[in-house]
Amino acid sequence: MPAAGQPLLRIEGVAKTFGTFRAVDGVSLDIKAGEFFALLGPSGCGKTTLLRMLAGFEAPDEGRILLGGKDIAQALPHERPINMMFQNYALFPHLSVRDNIAFGLKRAGMARADIAMRVAEMVALVKLEGLEKRKPDQLSGGQCQRVALARALARRPQLLLLDEPLAALDKKLRESTQAELMELQRRLGMTFIIVTHDQEEAMTMASRIGVMKSGKLAQVASPRELYEAPRSRWIAEFVGDINLFDGESKLRDGHRLIIGTRDAGALVVAEPREPVGAGRFSIAIRPEKVKLSRRGPVSEVGRETAINRLDGVIADICYLGGTTTYKVKLDTGGTVQASVANSARLDVDAYSLNQHVVAWFTPDDCVVLQS
Amino acid sequence: MRKVSRLSRFNIASLALGLSFLYLPILILVLYSFNASRLVTVWGGWSLRWYHEFFNDRAMIEAAWMSLRVAVSSATIATLLGTLAAVALSRGERFRGRTLFSGMLYAPLVMPEVITGLSLLLLFVALNAERGFWTVTIAHTTLTMCFVAVVVQSRLGSLDRSLEEAAMDLGCDPVRAFVSVTLPLIAPAIVAGWMLAFTLSLDDLVIASFTTGPGSATLPIRIYSEVRLGVKPEINAICTLVIALIAVVIVIASLASKLSSSQGESAAPL
Repeated sequence: MPAAGQPLLRIEGVAKTFGTFRAVDGVSLDIKAGEFFALLGPSGCGKTTLLRMLAGFEAPDEGRILLGGKDIAQALPHERPINMMFQNYALFPHLSVRDNIAFGLKRAGMARADIAMRVAEMVALVKLEGLEKRKPDQLSGGQCQRVALARALARRPQLLLLDEPLAALDKKLRESTQAELMELQRRLGMTFIIVTHDQEEAMTMASRIGVMKSGKLAQVASPRELYEAPRSRWIAEFVGDINLFDGESKLRDGHRLIIGTRDAGALVVAEPREPVGAGRFSIAIRPEKVKLSRRGPVSEVGRETAINRLDGVIADICYLGGTTTYKVKLDTGGTVQASVANSARLDVDAYSLNQHVVAWFTPDDCVVLQS
Repeated sequence: MRKVSRLSRFNIASLALGLSFLYLPILILVLYSFNASRLVTVWGGWSLRWYHEFFNDRAMIEAAWMSLRVAVSSATIATLLGTLAAVALSRGERFRGRTLFSGMLYAPLVMPEVITGLSLLLLFVALNAERGFWTVTIAHTTLTMCFVAVVVQSRLGSLDRSLEEAAMDLGCDPVRAFVSVTLPLIAPAIVAGWMLAFTLSLDDLVIASFTTGPGSATLPIRIYSEVRLGVKPEINAICTLVIALIAVVIVIASLASKLSSSQGESAAPL
């Protein structure tokens, strides 16, 4: 067990090349004990390769993987106190649920009575009571997922890896399983690393997210930070929806920057912590931070100059139940998306197509991104 | 639900024609094996006389025993080698010349038996090997190994690689993972491959006659040489027994391969 403060897992400059393709390109990352960490990225970004290196199915070409201070980069899968839940579950079709769960325990040389106890405990944990004698092909997708989870947890690994664990489940089941996984992780106090391409899934479950792009970690942050303060234009676009305006000029005004954009005119933004350097930059604003009104912002919002007001007409309406997304065609040429909560059942607040509106947002809601 | 449509008259006729084309000769052979008459083509009433005759025919029994021994040992060796080849081809790293190797492995499938037999004969002569049980066994192994490899490889190809990875993840070294997960899953295919090799060896005449030596004739060779002197009803009895044996083996083999292909996909209530 690592000493207090020391990370459970330390990945140091790990790289893996297949032929000429650099799948993982110098990734360094610390993961603390008890974390629920998500590796998020589009397909082909190297997240699965990284996970497979942690499990031991691939050996890194460069770098070290330290688990509790010990380098395991070249250790074989069965020599690591790490277990993995496979994307397609990889349940042994010739073994019953019970034998699938007991498989790793038998290999560990556990006594029969202890195995029986641990299996019963695992079956109860994932709520599979009564199905112990079934074969995997007699189970539903959700049940298979639970068996795979129980099998991976049975050996009480120091680290559990989950490769797209919910990808094969339908939406409703996925949501309830997400909650169950989180609850389980908290209760067991175990360290989970999950790989997913679904940003909502990562945001919901993980306490920290590492976004990967072309084999590199683009940003490691909490879900909130990732969403509200993305480090690059690519991340802002990958995680959630966003309005982007390319900046053309900038002017300092106290703690604010006045930025000239082609599509939306001059925008006032809060000065970012890191100074904006030369080169391309853009203003990003999340659709739900954009408010709409018929006349423009009312006085309660504050000084007139502190607010960005964009005039335009409603060009597209997308009703999503909880929210409605309006696409506003701006008089200055660009478009801006506004996501409005449908807080009343009757459409008192709704806007109609081609209606003139004012889209407005505060300087603090904007993020300056350098690309 | 509508009833499943019945076979049309044309279908029935063509089915009957096709089946009788395949099975009428065999049926007649089986029928005449119970013939009491000495003349093969004249029906003289029911009798088990020729079966009795066969079991007292020492040379014939010896040939049958030889055939069985050759079939069992060549099938066993072929299954071992064929399975190893299939595993190497589908599980091993991509080595140089892999495609060539797999192509060469399957060549005996399409090679005329005369050529296989002749080349093996030349080899044994060159090696100055005494021809008999072992040369026939080796020859049959060469012939049947590729059939085993085909059957086992197709099963391996349909297996999910992550099953072995899961086993390794749960504490198995690679060998252990193969034995405890992959082997049970391909076992039906291995069994089917053995049965196939067994029947192929049992009814092979061409390769056996090239590679066997004096005093160690297999059953097909013995039958063939008897028939050249005129068909005795006893031959019918022997053939009937061989047909029965092969039928049993083939039924078991196809059941095994059916079980093998249905496993993992749908519930196999067996």
